Amino acid sequence: MALLELEGVDAFYGRIQALRGVTIKVERGEVVALIGSNGAGKTTTLRTISGLMHPNSGTVTFDGQDITRTRPSRIVELGISQSPEGRRLFPRMSVLDNLFMGAYSRNDKPGITSDMARVFQLFPRLQERRTQIAGTLSGGEQQMLAMGRALMAKPKVLMLDEPSLGLAPILQETIFSIVREINAQGTTVMLVEQNANKALEVANRGYVLESGVIVQTGSGRELLASEEVQKAYLGM
Amino acid sequence: MSNAAPARRRSLRERIGFRERIRDRDTAVYGILILLALMFPLVSYNITEGTAWISHATRAGYWVLLAIGLNVVVGFAGLLDLGYAAFFAIGAYTYALLASPQLASSPANHAVHISFWILIFVSLMMAALFGAILGFPTLRLRGDYLAIVTLGFGEIVPQLFYNFDQWTGGINAVGLIDQPLLPAWVQGPWSGDPEFKIVSPFNFNTDPVAYYVLVCFLVAIAVVLVTNLYNSRLGRAWMAIREDEVAAAAMGINTVTTKLLAFGIGASFSGFAGAYYAADVALVSPDNFLFIVSITVLVMVVLGGMGNVSGVIIGALVMYYLIFILIPGLPEIVTGFASNVGLGSLNQSTGDWPGLGEETQRLNFIIYGGILVAVMLLRPQGLLPSRVREQELKHAAVQEEEAAIEMSHA
Repeated sequence: MALLELEGVDAFYGRIQALRGVTIKVERGEVVALIGSNGAGKTTTLRTISGLMHPNSGTVTFDGQDITRTRPSRIVELGISQSPEGRRLFPRMSVLDNLFMGAYSRNDKPGITSDMARVFQLFPRLQERRTQIAGTLSGGEQQMLAMGRALMAKPKVLMLDEPSLGLAPILQETIFSIVREINAQGTTVMLVEQNANKALEVANRGYVLESGVIVQTGSGRELLASEEVQKAYLGM
Repeated sequence: MSNAAPARRRSLRERIGFRERIRDRDTAVYGILILLALMFPLVSYNITEGTAWISHATRAGYWVLLAIGLNVVVGFAGLLDLGYAAFFAIGAYTYALLASPQLASSPANHAVHISFWILIFVSLMMAALFGAILGFPTLRLRGDYLAIVTLGFGEIVPQLFYNFDQWTGGINAVGLIDQPLLPAWVQGPWSGDPEFKIVSPFNFNTDPVAYYVLVCFLVAIAVVLVTNLYNSRLGRAWMAIREDEVAAAAMGINTVTTKLLAFGIGASFSGFAGAYYAADVALVSPDNFLFIVSITVLVMVVLGGMGNVSGVIIGALVMYYLIFILIPGLPEIVTGFASNVGLGSLNQSTGDWPGLGEETQRLNFIIYGGILVAVMLLRPQGLLPSRVREQELKHAAVQEEEAAIEMSHA
């Protein structure tokens, strides 16, 4: 059974339908990429999974449990955390306090300390800047902090919303290699990207979302080779 | 050049350690405040040969309590509350009704006299309860909308106390409120006795020194509670909600309960203040809890340094001095000054000129407003800003230095 499963999810913003019958399966240990252009419904899909909005029909199942109508705080406790679109750090709190906020749902002090060490090992830059106010970090550092903060919840599934957005190519490279490393350490990753090329290179499998509908799915390599994907998202 | 670099790096690290330094600053501020609080009664008694200043301090005390409480809501959790006086009223009326002859002339037909030391906690609970009741339906609103609803609540509550006059006495106010009692107390020259003696049992009556000691204790308790809250998990959750509510929810914070707690806990301090106030002035009327009270407390919080407890205390004391001592006393000061420098003729009223004293009196709101505007222009972050604001402002300097070091290495 898949670790995370969306089944025929319809979601609306008021009267505008953002998702139409979206079905996605994420297996344990995978990196799954969700690609699509602006407004395709990628972020809506993540918001639906994390409980920040609820679907009008369809179900979301996590680890065998129906979480379709579960509140966001409970979903974090169950093991899904995200680095949201636009990073959404707490700009006036320090790097350390931001990381502690990520671990808000947990009570195991030793576990939090060791995860903090793990985050600093993944992002040595954050350790150097730990007392600095988050709003004063550079764009790349802010992305690292957003990912580190999400990791502090000790998630089974880490959802990353556009982690490469607005970063210089060399930093994008760093971010994607860290995504690989996080996955190698045993965390399942769901990656939402406009940068389809990079995302599909990292991903085991991918879904292509267009106007709220899943139009294509396959392994990362298959999608990279697919003509439609190449035309639409890779500019070839 | 390369030898100088390590030294400069160290200075950089020292400058980044603001957190520690600002914590030191807090310790220093509290140290000075405690020292002043201890010396104040003696010094002021000797200067004025009376207890007028001490009476002022007992009244400044409940403003400090109110400011500390509102700071939890506005400063910590970032919820703009324009009706804070309502909770103050609820606290004050809780004490006033349960510790006066008032209920004898109400439908209950039976006066209630419960001890101050119990009622102060009952008042606290009542204010917290109403904070939660107001919070429950309204906390889904954000920013301006929440402010408007709290504004409405602040207007409604005094009206209720007016109109439920068979219970509250309405416009006639609740009078003859009981004073706190203690098993023993020390009296001396300050209360008109020639020598020290132990009074037992002791009634606070109108002894300002006793109220002064009481309010100092209440403020100290409030400061300890609020500082611990600020450094707790809940305090961090409040800050996160203030910064970005959606992100806070995504971190697993239950935003509704957390905001409800901010409202309830913030309101509870005004319940504290309300019970103390009712006991001190012994007369509670709906007029004492109008919009101006809410705004004055808000000004104290903003002017003192939103989010920083020691700053808010300073803000409350400064504002109290400004509103209740400096501005009312200004006409006298100005006329005195004019006659001393030989401009005594200005003090006479002639034709359209009402005389300098009267003119100053008429201008008092302009002067008050002018001072507020000037302070906010000179110190937009407040008199004693919170750590974060301080660090934000200093951060620019550190970055410059860092850039300079990188340049010298390149």
